[in-house]
Amino acid sequence: MSAMSEIPLPQAAKRVVPWWLLRHETMLAVILLIALIGLGGLNSRFLTLDNLLNQGRLTTEVGLIALPMTFIIITGGIDLSVGSIVGLCAILLGYSWKVFGFPLPLAIGFSLLVGATAGFLNGIVITRVKVPPLIMTIATLALYRGLAEGISQARSVRGYPEWFYFVGQENLFGVPAQLWLLLIAIVVSAIVLDRTTFGRTLYAIGSNETAARFSGLPVDRVKLIIYTLSGLMAGISACVLVSRVTTTRSDMGIGYELDVIAAVVLGGTSIFGGVGTIWGTVVGLAMIQLLKNGLALTGVKGDATIVVIGTVLILSTLVAGSLQRRREGV
Amino acid sequence: MTAVTLAGAETDPRRRLKAFASQEALLAIAVIGLAIVVGLYNPRFMAARNLSDVLLGNAYIAVAAVGMSMVIISGNIDISVGALIGVLATISGTLAVNGAPIVVAWLAALVAGVVVMALQGVIIAYLRIPAIVVTLGMLSILKGGLISVTGGKWITDLPDSFHLADIELFGVLPFPVFLMILVTILAALWMRYSASGRAIYAVGGNAEAARLCGISQPRTVVMVFALHGLFAGAAALLYATQLRVIQSTVPPNLELTIITASVVGGVSILGGVGTVVGSTLAAVLIAEIASALVFIDVSPYWIRAVQGVLILVTVIADILRRRRTAGA
Repeated sequence: MSAMSEIPLPQAAKRVVPWWLLRHETMLAVILLIALIGLGGLNSRFLTLDNLLNQGRLTTEVGLIALPMTFIIITGGIDLSVGSIVGLCAILLGYSWKVFGFPLPLAIGFSLLVGATAGFLNGIVITRVKVPPLIMTIATLALYRGLAEGISQARSVRGYPEWFYFVGQENLFGVPAQLWLLLIAIVVSAIVLDRTTFGRTLYAIGSNETAARFSGLPVDRVKLIIYTLSGLMAGISACVLVSRVTTTRSDMGIGYELDVIAAVVLGGTSIFGGVGTIWGTVVGLAMIQLLKNGLALTGVKGDATIVVIGTVLILSTLVAGSLQRRREGV
Repeated sequence: MTAVTLAGAETDPRRRLKAFASQEALLAIAVIGLAIVVGLYNPRFMAARNLSDVLLGNAYIAVAAVGMSMVIISGNIDISVGALIGVLATISGTLAVNGAPIVVAWLAALVAGVVVMALQGVIIAYLRIPAIVVTLGMLSILKGGLISVTGGKWITDLPDSFHLADIELFGVLPFPVFLMILVTILAALWMRYSASGRAIYAVGGNAEAARLCGISQPRTVVMVFALHGLFAGAAALLYATQLRVIQSTVPPNLELTIITASVVGGVSILGGVGTVVGSTLAAVLIAEIASALVFIDVSPYWIRAVQGVLILVTVIADILRRRRTAGA
């Protein structure tokens, strides 16, 4: 089938370049470095510590969701509903606090619970009814956003107590508070993916689900966990977002799925499953945020940057796809 | 003996019931049933004016859903179509305002639609990148591109002759409704009776088997996407010409509504199954539900939640039904 397999390259040709240099993540890191220097040269405000830390602050909400999304895409799945879960959780945080009169900590807990439940619902239908993840999460993309709109009736909630804005706006040891949250999440996700049986199972499912099942791996349980995790992280992301922008609206998180999936795919995780790393996703996230920031600083308007993200998404998949085919073809 | 078995099969009440309970029949019943129930609650809903407004204002969704159904039947998905319709409407409107012959303005939308979609089809089929990634990327390219090029300005002062949707055939039949019915019938006949139409089902049902039968999967996918682009162009024209202005932003969530129409219409998301008659009926039903919500005093903010539940229920039903058939 594959065009590449018809022209087998000699074994020696493969070893001229060390394999790790050809790794997607390494190449991306090099491109990132070049972009950093280039953008720094174009605009003196770009390469300042303040600007970079602020970009870290802005990328946290998408970053928190990109971690479980990496897990999901490694298994060959996808979750398009994350942006809608962010909207639903944000609305329920504000609504349960303002309308139900929950104390704010309880409201936060409630909104995280709703996020996890929304993810769990995705997972349970995907594993039990065997609805393809793409379609299930397109349905819940509409459903969760619809619930957020229906519940809020387009009214916004503001005026949270001062302490609530800490995570979104303050610094801890000179670093934006939410960035610590993201860093911890990155380290934990990387360890889970790299060093645990759970992480290995994700790759096994993505490479060959049937084989994984026959090997006695708890495929359905693992999938249920990662979709639930994805919902929970979207809930956390919603709380961080509300804390940063100080208000709650039902259109929060619209389009997040694009940024999240772009970061993960750009980071070398194959949309076909079985391949991917957390470190790749982190570089992908940095890449997208710096691209947005760099373009904005050089005078490109916000709407044009999403054109760039879309183009980068398609091109990077093209390159990754052809590299993978070449590797498999040899 | 054979004749007896055949006759027996036909009179088997369960089998007749099954044929009767096809997705299309269910949808037709739902369309009429909903109209009656809501009409009893609020007679104004049944007014000819309201029902024809529902049809007129939403015919473009049904037209786009015909193409979407083909894409999904072929085993792919397209989430860029909503953004594309916004772009095509703007292209056509801009040409019309700047004095291009009206026919050229109309044709431009169709041609641009075919070009963009065929390009996506080529990337998906020949470069083997999943449709979800390609169309997600294209969605952001089109959406961002439209806003940054137009700066969000609305197009006004459109020439009267531009308004295709205003035309009434024989003085009674509005053009959008006519186009919706015509496109649905032609597409249904083509998909059922022509070799190229049936190839879509073959590719979506079992790509390997289709290949062994000599059907080129990439060529079929590109053809499907090109046609989808043509329908998107027609939908964009109806959308652009039914109001006096064109908002130079992408209609929000249009792709979701179009996918909902296909899926609720019985197009299986696993590929290989579905009809465009079903998707058109579903588009009418969805529009009717949106209008009904207003007439039974439910806030229109709930419409998207209703859409979500509709997709969820039909998809789960589709999978369960398939599993039962496979198990039997």
